[in-house]
Order: sequence, then C-alpha cells, then structure tokens
Amino acid sequence: MSNFFQNFIDPAFWYSVLRVSTPLLFAVMAALVSSISGSINIGIEGMMLMAAFWGNVIGAFMKNPWIGLLAGVASAIAMSLLLAFSHLKLRVNLVIAGVALNLFASGFTVFMLFALTGEKGTSASLGSQPIPRLDIPFLRDIPFLGKVLNNHNALTYLALISIFLVDYLIRKTPLGMRMRAVGENPDAATSVGVSMLRVKYLSLLLSGVFAGFAGSFLSMGYVSWFARDMTSGRGFIAIAAQALGGNSAILGALGALLFGIAEATGFTLQSLRIPSEITNMIPFILTLIVLIVYARTRVRSHSRIQEI
Amino acid sequence: MKRSLALLEIVRMTLTILIALLIGYIFLLFSTKDVGEAFKWFLYGPLSNQRRFVEFLNNSVPLIMTGLALSLVFQAKVFNIGAEGCLFFGGFGAMLVALKFPQVSFLHLVVTLFSAALFGAAWAFVPAVLKAKWKASELVSSLMMNYIAYLLVLFLVNNYFRDKAAGALVSYRFPQTAWLATLTRYRLNSGFFIALSVAVLIGFILYFTKYGYQIRVVGANKKFGFYTGINVVLTTFWVQLLAGALAGLAGGIELTAMYRRFVWQSLPGYGFDGIIVAILARNNPFLVIPSALFIAYLRVGANIMSRMTGLAPEVVIVIQSVMILLVTAEALLERFKKRIVEREAMKGE
Repeated sequence: MSNFFQNFIDPAFWYSVLRVSTPLLFAVMAALVSSISGSINIGIEGMMLMAAFWGNVIGAFMKNPWIGLLAGVASAIAMSLLLAFSHLKLRVNLVIAGVALNLFASGFTVFMLFALTGEKGTSASLGSQPIPRLDIPFLRDIPFLGKVLNNHNALTYLALISIFLVDYLIRKTPLGMRMRAVGENPDAATSVGVSMLRVKYLSLLLSGVFAGFAGSFLSMGYVSWFARDMTSGRGFIAIAAQALGGNSAILGALGALLFGIAEATGFTLQSLRIPSEITNMIPFILTLIVLIVYARTRVRSHSRIQEI
Repeated sequence: MKRSLALLEIVRMTLTILIALLIGYIFLLFSTKDVGEAFKWFLYGPLSNQRRFVEFLNNSVPLIMTGLALSLVFQAKVFNIGAEGCLFFGGFGAMLVALKFPQVSFLHLVVTLFSAALFGAAWAFVPAVLKAKWKASELVSSLMMNYIAYLLVLFLVNNYFRDKAAGALVSYRFPQTAWLATLTRYRLNSGFFIALSVAVLIGFILYFTKYGYQIRVVGANKKFGFYTGINVVLTTFWVQLLAGALAGLAGGIELTAMYRRFVWQSLPGYGFDGIIVAILARNNPFLVIPSALFIAYLRVGANIMSRMTGLAPEVVIVIQSVMILLVTAEALLERFKKRIVEREAMKGE
C-alpha cells in the first residue's frame, strides 16, 4: 500500500497523467466550443474514432505522421460538417444525429480496416508513423517538473496550448462573444444581426478540429496503431468533464486532468495486481459521480448537458 | 388528408431505405470487384434457404425487445440509450439463476427469465434515479452504465463462472431445466413468440391504458403533462425501469435459447440496433415488429454476404446510421407535407 501512495510523488506518475489526459483535453475543448454556442456534440466520440483511423492509415501510407495528422483532422471536420448539415439543414435532432454519427464511425472504420488490412482488430500490420516526442532543452533541466513536462508527444503540448487559445477565443474575441450570445439566447443574437446558422456551423466545425486532434493522438501518440472502437467512451467522458467546468476552458481542462489522474491511478492499481476490468471502470464511475456532484451543486446554469 | 400524409410517410421511408442501400452499394463498390455478387447475397441471402431464414427470425428476437425498450423511452422523450448495458447485465442475471437455482423443470426457466428482466431493470435504475433526483443527463449516465456493465460482467464471468473445460472464454453450461426451447431442426428461437406477445402487450399499454397515455403526454409536452397533474418525474423514472427490464429479458432469452452459456466477450450491439429499430418504427410498439424484422434481415444479409464473399459485414452499420439520419430528418420532403396540409386547409374554407 505504501507503494501506492509513493506513486503520487513520482514524476513518472504525473508524466503519465499528462499523457492520458491529452485526448481528453482536446475532447473537452471540442465539447466546449460546441456547447458554448448551444449545441451539445454527442458525435465527438465518432469524430475521434474517424480521425484515429484516417490519421494512422494515411500516416502509414504516406510515411509521414504530419500528413496523417492532417488527414485525421480533415476527416473529423468532414464528420462535424455532416453533423452540422443534418442538424441545421435537415433538422435532425442533434442527439440522434450524434448517436448516428458514432454508429457510422464505428461501422465505417471496421469495414475499411478490414478492406485495407484483412484484419478486424488493429491496424498494426500497416506499420506505424507516430508523431514525434519533443525534447525541450530548458524544460529538461528543471528538477521534478522537467521529468513531468518534458519529452511528451508534440500533440500533448498542443493540447496544453489549446486550453489557453480556447479560453482566449471564447472570452476575448468577437467570434467567441457571438458564440456565447447564440448559446445564451439565439433570438436575441439574431435580432442584433448575428447569423445564428453561421456561428453554429463554425462552432461545430471547430469542435471537429479538436476532436480530430484528440483522435489522431490516440492512434499516433498514445499507441501507434488503430484498434476498433479505440476511443472507448472518451468522447462521452469529455462531455461530462466539460459540464464540470461549465463555460470555462480552464475549469474544463482541470476536469479533463481529473479524469486523467483517475486513469493513471488505474494503471498503478493494475501493477498492484488489481484486475484490469475493475481499474478500467474507474473513469466511467467517476463520470457518474461528476454528473451527480455537478447536478447537485449547480445553482442555475446554462449548460446543455442538463437539457437533454 | 390523413391518407395522403400516410402515403407521404411511406414514400419517405422507401426513399430513405433506397438512399441508404445505395450508399451501402457504393461502399461495397470500393472494396470488391464483384459487387453484384456481394449485393445479391446481401439482399437475398436470408431467403436463400430454410436455415438462413430461421437465422433471420432468430436475429429479430433481441431486436424486437430492445426496439420496444427504446420506443418506450423515446415516447417519453427520454434519451436513455443504456439498453445495451441492461441487456448485458440481464444476460448475467439469467446466467446467475440458471447456474445457481435448484433445477426444477419449468419453474427454473421462469425464474431465470424473470431474473434477467430484474437485473436489466436494476441496471436502468441508476440513470433513472440520477435523472429523477438530480436531473443528471440520462444520455451520458446510461452510456457510462453500458461500459460499466461490460467491464463488471466480464470480470465476474471470467473469474467466477468460467468453464475451464470449454475451449473459449465462456461460462458453465446452463442445466437443461433453464433452457428455452428451440423449434424445428433449424433451431427457431421460441423466444420469437415471447417477443411478439410482449410487443403487443407494450403496444396495448402505450395506446390503450392510462399509464401509456401518461407516457405519451410527458413525451409530447412535459409542461402540459405537469399542469394536468401527471407526475412527470415518476413517469420518466418508471418508463426507464420498464425499458431496462425489456432489454434485460432480451439478454436472458438470447442466452437461454441460443447459447445456453454466457458467451459474450464484447457488447453484442443489440441495444444500439434497438435505436434504429425504434426510430424506423416511429416509436410505435406495433410497428417495432416489422421494423426489427427489417433490421434483422439486413444484418443477417450482411453476415451471409460476409460468409460468401469475405467482405466485412460492418457495412450494415453504415447503412443503419444513414437510415437514422434520413428517417429523423424533419426537413426531408417537408415541402410536400406542407402542400398537402395547405391544400386540405383550403378545402375547408
């Protein structure tokens, strides 16, 4: 048991927290930018899965992880446009459209994986092109923190940066203001000349971009292959984490880190011979607890998660 | 007017199915040279011999049940899509009783199926109570419960009920007293008749009883329901429990009739297919039967295609998701609907 507690002062533990939090950080940003303009994006899970698939496959074929990343993000954007079109133009219920999108991604990726590799489990046979890790000289020399922060995947740093970018976007820029206005009260926003449709399209598209990074990281950083349904609920966990942070990117990111800590703790427990089925349950149970805590303590919030 | 609207609905459905199949065709086009052969097996496979036809009927059994479960919650406008987890946990409940309960003929089977429904309802209890007490999103919580059910049941079955003599990761074999009969030599699941009667029963409850009326009012207009004195919170609570019981029973029937062991090592997906079954049926329990048969037909067709040509059957999931989008697209063919309504209104003047 002392092993278990020592673990928390070990920099390797916090390094792994950052690593497992990366996809969640991106996904929380994806959930946030859509939720802030009034649409809950259930399809993040599917967008991530699609990006994970195309990122890995195109990266392997082109022998270049960056082209893979580009393809991954592009595929997630395509999915987000499909979602936006179905919801805003064809007027499909947003939740149902998101569920359909997730189903689509799950079937499509397995179908294509089988067509390309003849396997249904993973794309390991394609060879892999992981996105490189960055060794940053001045970070390396800081004691403790250096071991936590240095030598991460390039996307991990991008995830950390994007927290502040999103924070700036929604609090300081005109676009962010419009997004919030449309989310708070679409009629009022329309009456002062904000195009609700354009803002909603834009924020879903942006949501797709972040989901694309999240998915690409999974197959080109977290591990270096694609596995069927490899997102395993992270898109939904992110929706809960975002709800925890309300409309704040910083608080949402802290929520993502909380889930990262839970996941990393799970790994530690596994090394103490606790069955993986049990430790893998931790993030999902935490999500339930977060939902309850959030629902109990909220005074009066505008979060979308309550309305569905 | 009702007639022309119904006609329009049929046109819409046909159009949807055709577009979805076309997209499936295009997918196959990219992955095989002989797309005609593959598509032939896909569309005609389930009818090609008796064994496959029975396979198709058997496949519809869990789909009818989960389709009913989702129709119920969708009728009340509750987005609880935890049927998958309830089915899995219900299957576990059935296994528990099948292996541990004394082997009294008939009674054993009844208790086994009852336990499946009970476990399913118990699993649905969590999202339902979170929703009722704290208004926590049932969508997210029911999804989490799916993952938890999967991990928990796998842990319990593989560690405490695993039959080490069997070649695969499966539970001990159920004793014969807990078997649900299969008919004819092609093993038609007698649960098919249970599913049909449950569908009629749920349809009756929904359209001909006070409780059903309450569910529909809550779904149509929550505020109206509240002001007419319906306990909205309690109604949505019970409807989720009932749906969970149906999904759990689906798991119990599937295991006691088709496998006679706990065999699932991954989520079987019936709960998610139930979504499209309910949506195609417009959440009408009576229409769930043809709708489930249709989806089962596609699924079995895809499996047969896969066996005959080596293509991945997952193309059927793509087709289903396209159908979900198109069937629920309110704007699709809306202009025609408007025209019919307008013409009718003019006639009245």
